[in-house]
Amino acid sequence: MQTFYSDLLVIGAGLAGERVAVEAAENGFNVICLSIVPARRSHSSAAQGGMQAALGNCAMGEGDNTDVHFGDTVKGSDWGCDQEVARLFADAAPIEMRRLAHWGVPWNRVVPGQSFYFKGGQKFEKFENPENEGLITARAFGGTAKWRTCYTSDGTGHAVMCTMDNRCAELGINVMDRKEAVALIHDEETCMGAIVRCLRTGKLETYLAKATAICTGGFGRIYKATTNAVICDGGGHILALDTGMVPIGNPEAIQFHPTGIVPTDILVTEGCRGDGGTLLDVNEERFMHIYEPEKAELASRDVVSRWMTHHMREGKGVKSSYGEHLWLDIRHLGDQHISHKLREVDDICHHFLGIDPRKQLIPVRPTQHYTMAGIRTNKDGAAYGLKGLFSAGEAACWDMHGFNRLGGNSLAETVVAGGIIGDKIVEFLKGYETKFKTEIINQQYRRQEQRIKDLISGRNGNESVYDVRHEMQEALMKGCFVFRNGPDLEETVETLEKLLDRSSRVGLHSDGAGVNHELGSALKIRGQIKLAMCIATAALNRTESRGSHNREDFPERNDRDWLTRTLAYWPTEDAAKPDLMYEDSSQIFEIPPGDRGYGGGTIIPADENMVKERTITKK
Amino acid sequence: MGRELQFEIFRYNPQKPEVAPRMQTYKLEETPNMTLFIALNRLREEQDPSLIFDFCCRAGICGACAMVINGRPGLACQTKTKDQSGKITLHPLPVYKLIGDLAVDTGVWFREMYAKTESWVHTSKIFDPTKEEERMDNKVAEDIYELERCIECGCCVAACGTARLRDDFLGAAALNRIARFHIDPRDERSDKQFFELVGNDAGVFGCMGLLACEDVCPKELPLQNQLGFLRRKMGITAIKEIFRK
Repeated sequence: MQTFYSDLLVIGAGLAGERVAVEAAENGFNVICLSIVPARRSHSSAAQGGMQAALGNCAMGEGDNTDVHFGDTVKGSDWGCDQEVARLFADAAPIEMRRLAHWGVPWNRVVPGQSFYFKGGQKFEKFENPENEGLITARAFGGTAKWRTCYTSDGTGHAVMCTMDNRCAELGINVMDRKEAVALIHDEETCMGAIVRCLRTGKLETYLAKATAICTGGFGRIYKATTNAVICDGGGHILALDTGMVPIGNPEAIQFHPTGIVPTDILVTEGCRGDGGTLLDVNEERFMHIYEPEKAELASRDVVSRWMTHHMREGKGVKSSYGEHLWLDIRHLGDQHISHKLREVDDICHHFLGIDPRKQLIPVRPTQHYTMAGIRTNKDGAAYGLKGLFSAGEAACWDMHGFNRLGGNSLAETVVAGGIIGDKIVEFLKGYETKFKTEIINQQYRRQEQRIKDLISGRNGNESVYDVRHEMQEALMKGCFVFRNGPDLEETVETLEKLLDRSSRVGLHSDGAGVNHELGSALKIRGQIKLAMCIATAALNRTESRGSHNREDFPERNDRDWLTRTLAYWPTEDAAKPDLMYEDSSQIFEIPPGDRGYGGGTIIPADENMVKERTITKK
Repeated sequence: MGRELQFEIFRYNPQKPEVAPRMQTYKLEETPNMTLFIALNRLREEQDPSLIFDFCCRAGICGACAMVINGRPGLACQTKTKDQSGKITLHPLPVYKLIGDLAVDTGVWFREMYAKTESWVHTSKIFDPTKEEERMDNKVAEDIYELERCIECGCCVAACGTARLRDDFLGAAALNRIARFHIDPRDERSDKQFFELVGNDAGVFGCMGLLACEDVCPKELPLQNQLGFLRRKMGITAIKEIFRK
């Protein structure tokens, strides 16, 4: 058994993971980062649009400040977020963007003078203040009062990922790729590191650390239709859930992006609509302005996805051999704009659809995109339930997004939260010593070794992991997609119960030698079904509609009973369902629960006294 | 009914050295809009779960799935089967260490490259969180991003004649990296310092000028221009050095 030791073990080397690592390394701690893929291939690099931060440099961002950004974020979350955390985020975001500029990110900058922009298909004029020439500029995104999304062309995630990984190289951080954590080492009180499968040799290795941070991104791949990379499969969440000590926060809070292309579900950025692109129906007519007169295409993602689905149900969808869809129209933005600011979109249209977006419409429909759900942490990023365990980025439910996150707020969260939580980990590590219990380490190592042997020998059965996974993905599409209702959710829970049982009989059909992919999938399938079950049971329990969680049978947002965050624990390995607990969404309100100003719907108000007691005025 | 595609796939698992490298044939019915991402995953899930290959974003953004497709390095995820003949031959990228079948170890190669090129902004300035960001001309930012678009897929190095001949050749991706920092006003390195990194046969002067790198780059980076630019710069720097002595 090969063993590695560090002060901090970061599982996942995307933007959040590397930002945490950088903070710790700058403070003199020894850090190891593990990643399934070379760090720059992390899914952070696929984020095209940008990062929200209230710099207020561009003309359309004039008057912006962190309060406005905070307000947009809280409204976006449908009051599901922790307002203390949203405040920490909004305040730190502008500084973090400047820090990234210092490290090397080539942010697009303010170009002074007159220029044009599109909104709702119409052309408008704006004038950029010469005094702001060369400062970081921003573009429009959904659900925001100002143009606030900092960007580099439409490769923001890629550009920031390059800079962050360069910073890791500069600091000499040990970033090890092709390493996949399969279990945490813990004694039900303290986390001591992880058992890791090497994706070069297939061998198990042990990583011991005083602090462990899970930064593995989202788990969209448990859905059939998702924009996510194939590595976003919930591996990190399974590590946490399997401990029995650490809960998944708000598992029912899953975001569906309005513009996944049909087929293949690859994302085209919200920047398309931010830059003035429109959504059209079967008659090639706009429809979003009918439902959302003010924000139209630029309402928040949950709202746009819901209206799109509604509009298709009204018979206005375009029929295709891959099912119904709608159109995204960016033709009027012109060649210059598409060739430069939306080049990735142009590439995707060319390579995966064989169309030219200057002349043709892009087929789109809502697709799973983001998990607001995640490993529940406190505002310091410390996971509930285990000392020495942290989480940041999409993997975590830190909880600034509540039931819907705004475009541009997740990519920003990776680095902002990474910086804040990295700093808290540094605080934790200073003067901290722990004990590594060899008995626990060896037990966990042998347990994982045995699991692998059993899967290879087929000792428990020979169910195909791919069949079981396929059925799980279909079950989620049926019960836990844009619209949800009691009967469908009950059926999904039942299906998942059967699948969980079948998953214990999975055995390999190949020999499992080396970096065998079937083995990797088989090691995860049971955990994935547990995650799916957390989503389905939590969605069934939550008898209201909030943000991305839409119950057709309970259309009101119910602040009286559901101003809460779900905490889903998996109590024991042989349990059939999670234990669902609840905590208040926010201990304080800077903005008391109210109307978002888009999305419609009615609200059952919260207890007045409770709201009054918790409402604070900002200093 | 779609075409019946025939795949010839290179097979070798270094963890099973007793089984010699070989080509293996698979058959699959073509479906509309089929890419190699769809085809290879179907082969693995329906016919042979031991197949080893890499995919990540499956959208042409991350560079994980580069392989040699009918003799030419490219990204498998954005290769449509309808653009290929009915027989598709797949090999792993050369130059890089083989992980198994079609997967190669680009990670280690590129991390070494970051160290050799010192792939980061070299500045003596210290970040001040209370201050406004330093200004930059938008055109300069766009030019930097243009060179930052490299996805480290490894195609340029796999297609490079020099890289096949000598292990220490930096390759187009590394020279492009140097060019990216050279035009970045935040990087304080002098021409002389850059010359020390790439002004030799393992760097700009090793290139034989075959320029396959640019032909195969899936991001269509201007690799040829960068090479020419660096050669001129480094040539001038070298001459200056001679006269200084």
